[in-house]
Amino acid sequence: MINNQEPGSNKSESNLINSDSVMTFKQEALALFSGIRQGRMGSLPAIIGFFILVILFSFLSPVFLTQLNFANLLQQSSPLIILALGLVFILLIAEIDLSAGVTSGLVSALFVVTLKNFGIPWWLAVILSIFVGVTVGLAIGILVAKVGIPSFIVTLAAFLAFQGLQIMVVGQGGLYRIETPAILSLENGNLSVTWGWILGALLVGFVLINGVLSRRRRSKNGHQNRAVSILYFKVISISVLIFTSIYILNMERGSNPEFKIKGVPIAVLVVLFVLIPSNYLLNKTTFGIHVYAVGGNPEAARRAGIKVGSLKIIIFMIGSGLASISGLMAASRVGTVDASAGRTVVLSGVAAAVVGGVSLFGGRGRLNDAVVGGLVIAVIDNGLGLLSLPSGLNLAVTGGVLLIAATADALSRKHGTINSR
Amino acid sequence: MKGFMTDKNLPVIELKSVTKSFGAVQVLTDVNFVAYSGQVTALVGDNGAGKSTLIKGIAGVQPYDAGSIYFEGKEVQIKAPTDASVLGIEVVYQDLALCDNLDVVQNMFLGREMIRSISLDEENMEQKAKKTLSSLSVRNISSVRQKVSSLSGGQRQTVAIARSVLWENKLVILDEPTAALGVSQTKQVLKMVRNLADAGLAVVLISHNMQEVMAVADRIQILRLGQMVADLKASETSLNSIVSYITGAENLSLTGEASA
Repeated sequence: MINNQEPGSNKSESNLINSDSVMTFKQEALALFSGIRQGRMGSLPAIIGFFILVILFSFLSPVFLTQLNFANLLQQSSPLIILALGLVFILLIAEIDLSAGVTSGLVSALFVVTLKNFGIPWWLAVILSIFVGVTVGLAIGILVAKVGIPSFIVTLAAFLAFQGLQIMVVGQGGLYRIETPAILSLENGNLSVTWGWILGALLVGFVLINGVLSRRRRSKNGHQNRAVSILYFKVISISVLIFTSIYILNMERGSNPEFKIKGVPIAVLVVLFVLIPSNYLLNKTTFGIHVYAVGGNPEAARRAGIKVGSLKIIIFMIGSGLASISGLMAASRVGTVDASAGRTVVLSGVAAAVVGGVSLFGGRGRLNDAVVGGLVIAVIDNGLGLLSLPSGLNLAVTGGVLLIAATADALSRKHGTINSR
Repeated sequence: MKGFMTDKNLPVIELKSVTKSFGAVQVLTDVNFVAYSGQVTALVGDNGAGKSTLIKGIAGVQPYDAGSIYFEGKEVQIKAPTDASVLGIEVVYQDLALCDNLDVVQNMFLGREMIRSISLDEENMEQKAKKTLSSLSVRNISSVRQKVSSLSGGQRQTVAIARSVLWENKLVILDEPTAALGVSQTKQVLKMVRNLADAGLAVVLISHNMQEVMAVADRIQILRLGQMVADLKASETSLNSIVSYITGAENLSLTGEASA
């Protein structure tokens, strides 16, 4: 390791670790470069891939770059993104949940069936069905963490069993229509133009204030801050991205002049409602650190006094809980629930997380990566759909992209291990 | 030598005639062992002499069959690892148990994070980690916010040892801390071991490297075939006599001291 302490800086003992209070641009660039060399690229490849795909599809299809399709893409991706967020938690502790998709389907089936048959208010049906989803996670977690069955097997069993259960709940060939306006508006409603702008301003303000406060706290305690240009760059690029998107979404995009469609889709708000608290939990709390520790070195976590078993159970409950929300979103989007809802979505969810840069080996990856990955998978789905190519193709392409991402993950892990020893 | 026994050095842990057997095999027989505050006590012996078993008893991983344990003068029971950590005993194992994907601060505070209301108190933890590292004169870690995966073996050892200091432990046991290290890294770690003792802790060092033991230890206790055969001041002994105690070949020694 290079000791980047400058020669003239050994004024006092407390000064020995960092010589300057702010990293220079050169140090930042070096840190970024060494991170990339060690395979810690985060979601950078996925972001680049996303823009390449957008450019590619906008040349291939005249419809792709329309306001309508942009909103459509966001709505299409949101159930997938929420499912992928749940899977990030599970992948971080180096486990897998193959049943996340069928859990989402089962929950949506339970929702419509209880609503139809028991005459309870819709919100109670929502709470009950999410409760069932979380209980599923509890059961999986106990079987994995306490009984000691590999999660691959437990969730494979659940994958099969819940498909059967869902057929029994819905009935062979059964199809239920979603009639609750509140649930339908999740995927079909839009914020008003004003609320769209307010949401954007809140998000940008949040990033800016958070960044400034954290810098102030760090410098008050005498810690090194990252170069201030990083914060500017972050805030400016986020503002451009958010405000351009809102501007586009606030334009009229309906084809029928009688029927106006504009505004930021409510689906985006739902994703933010899940994403922001989850990010807080994972990045700012003791629980979050413990999740990463268990994923990185379970034995070290155990010796440090972390209750690894209970933590795993909670993680599976979070995963299934988010899968439940994803199921309700998917039902809202399609407008109906049948016996096969949610059956194939789990691998897209895993693909979204891994493409975004979440490691399959545990301990590495962020929730925001899964958002980027989810957008990539959704763009592939959306773009290929517009090109009216044979329907099998998008599955094949998604599979190929997942394989490429998993290869990159495996190689970077290998490389990282060699570097660290 | 750097340290010597004075009235200020109080016995932190004292084992009196502890025994341990696995089935018919008697691993420890009537062993007495003392470690004083402010001193490095080296525990040496050949493979199979019973060093690990002795340590596992103190750590609560494998309780002794018989004998008594005194901690700071009071008789205590150590039946589980938690008993040991409550007393302030910390063992730094050979395989270190660090999380590669976390940074230095996160590893040092793992399982004992500081929080402010409900969030992590990153600033205070970073502050305290830096303070601890500089109190041990650690100069080989350039940033406490770098991931452990980017550290060398010596730097990892440094983090693992520093972690044991952070928690106001009274007794730190180091199991072969330099076994996998190069020359300059070994030097740094040994310096840190010395600093630990100078900060007032009782340090027990297990090592196979006699030069290293001679350089850093105040006292040397030698196990052979499950029995404590010698308790020597490092300043009053020689490499030769230590080796002869370990091997049991006292008559090979030319210094004469070994016949004691």
